[in-house]
Amino acid sequence: MTISRRKFVAAGAALTGSMLLPRVVMAADTIKLGSVLDTSGIFDAYGKPMDMAMRLAVDQINADGGLLGKQVEVVSYDTQSDMALYSQYAQQLTRQDKVDVVHGGILSASREAIRQTMHKTKTLYFYNVLYEGGVCDRNIFINGVTPAQQVEALVPYAMGKSGKKVYILAADYNYGHITAKWIQKFVADNGGETVGVDFFPLDVADFGSTIAKIQTVGPDLVIAPLVGGAHLSFFRQWAAAGMKDKIALASTTLGVGNEHKVLTAEEGNGIMVAYNYSQELDTPANNAFKKSWADANGGDQSMHEIAVSNYQGVLTWAEGVRKAGSLDRDAVIEALETGVSIDGPAGKITVDPKTHHAVLDVHLMEFQDQGMRVVETLPQRQPIDTQAVCDLQANPNDNKQYEIEI
Amino acid sequence: MDLSFVILVEIFYAVASLALISAGLAVVFGMMKVINLAHGEFMMMGGYATITAVQLGVNVFVAMLIIAPLIVGLIGLVVERLVIRHLYGRLVDTMLATWGLSLFFIGMATMIFGNTTTSITTPITGFAVGDYQINGYNFFIFFVSAVLLISMYVLLKTTRLGLIARGTMQRSDIAAALGYSPDRIYMATFFCGSALSGLAGAVLAPLVGLVPTSGGAYIAKAFITVIAGGPSLIVGLISSSSLFGVVNQIFTFGISPVFGDVALLIAAVILLRLLPQGVTGKFFKGKM
Repeated sequence: MTISRRKFVAAGAALTGSMLLPRVVMAADTIKLGSVLDTSGIFDAYGKPMDMAMRLAVDQINADGGLLGKQVEVVSYDTQSDMALYSQYAQQLTRQDKVDVVHGGILSASREAIRQTMHKTKTLYFYNVLYEGGVCDRNIFINGVTPAQQVEALVPYAMGKSGKKVYILAADYNYGHITAKWIQKFVADNGGETVGVDFFPLDVADFGSTIAKIQTVGPDLVIAPLVGGAHLSFFRQWAAAGMKDKIALASTTLGVGNEHKVLTAEEGNGIMVAYNYSQELDTPANNAFKKSWADANGGDQSMHEIAVSNYQGVLTWAEGVRKAGSLDRDAVIEALETGVSIDGPAGKITVDPKTHHAVLDVHLMEFQDQGMRVVETLPQRQPIDTQAVCDLQANPNDNKQYEIEI
Repeated sequence: MDLSFVILVEIFYAVASLALISAGLAVVFGMMKVINLAHGEFMMMGGYATITAVQLGVNVFVAMLIIAPLIVGLIGLVVERLVIRHLYGRLVDTMLATWGLSLFFIGMATMIFGNTTTSITTPITGFAVGDYQINGYNFFIFFVSAVLLISMYVLLKTTRLGLIARGTMQRSDIAAALGYSPDRIYMATFFCGSALSGLAGAVLAPLVGLVPTSGGAYIAKAFITVIAGGPSLIVGLISSSSLFGVVNQIFTFGISPVFGDVALLIAAVILLRLLPQGVTGKFFKGKM
């Protein structure tokens, strides 16, 4: 068959036209939950379980009769670990699909790419990921662990087990830069000294010279807020160089995407972390959660820190909607600002009305045999870093991310 | 003392890995004048071949040094028969065709392995030099590169096969008149070039994780090294990868890995401005 130019143009126009039509003709009596996550590409280790967690939460809500008598319907997009797709899909979710709430974004770069779109279109936005803190915006709710909750606990613990000289290896974007500053602050607060800071673009996978450089400086402790699949090579190369038993290693991100299961036990053992969730938490809530996850996903057990955050974020939103008795954005925000609490797999999570961040438990942990062994539990920590700069009760129109100054 | 040794090892490693990732391209582009934009994807496939073989229970060294080059070489053979052989002597067309191939291979790898990071553990452990720890795998990469370059030299310089290959690349019509089939020689050379790319990807796979788009990270460096090396295949490869490896590592140590890459690219620009024919266009003329 030959395709004439006219036929081609006609077919092309028809195709484009059909793509412009609404994807699904929605029944009016469902609640639309929008989700944007990297479920493929180099961040899929984070995004895939987050997507599963979101769907599990929605299924459970629907099984219990939905919200306000309506079923919740998921409208999700895979951003393929490509920051440019975030802005595109955010526009699509808010202007075309007209969703009632958006949960999503993984890297801080992706959150900042879509936050203003959500703000402008007055679409309630939940960012359910551990991050660098400081976002102050009445339209967003964040239940991830912030540096004051995590780094403040991790740094003295790790320094206590190693020594005062700290070397920082961070990812080269807003998360890494701001977290590195927090680490420097807490190292100084604990009487230590930061002897080096290096930043790495997300596609750097060869750390040989860095490992040699670290040795020339000779720190007692390396803290690594590294992000993504390429950066995982650092931990592998660190172990391959035999550095593991020489210099202690802590991370603010490793394990968030279940990296401790990708690394072998020899590569991972002893690395110190602090998070809200661990699969090894032996609580009834977590055991029930793990079981329903396995039932929903054919025995899979890939839940991790930010997947659980995402699950808890959806539950928190649902609780807000129930309390407001409405889907109206302002009503839901006001309901959440009463200090809504939920009991998730990682314990009790309470919305902090001043900052829209979360009060939650943090566990100091060490990697052991591809698991995260809980060393110490620090109950109900406040996001004091963000509380110090952000008060949405006093300034409801605030809309920026505050950064720590050193 | 220990420190200078550690830095020396890192520099040798950088030089060796540059030579390794460029060797396949040096054969395909330097000898055959085929601009193979799918070079990075050949390396990526070498990596996946290794990881798959290891997961099937094959010894990791057998997988890296034998299975991966063979598989990628065979893929190269198919590609040569189906696409490249119609395009010899058409420089720009090979660029377009191989770019298409590169997209195709990325797509295929995504379909088969998923768009996700896979990796295997480095098979050689580190050891101590004084107060410093060194990644033992660096020496393996150095060793593989050295053996590779020496055997390429021996093959091309001293064997009849190498002579025929070099002759055909220079004047295929004369080679044909002397009774050799240029078609088959081109085919064999492309097979070797692909196998070398596969080997490079395989050997580097345990150091860095693999995604289907991993090849993109190598392609620019490989082309720069081969072009800056100039007309002599092996001497060019050694001289340009030594130069860039040293520059890269000095800036990586001094500042950061990002500046290391920047310095490499700036060095390449300056070098090609001063020596447009590459290093061996001016020095070591007439060497292999």
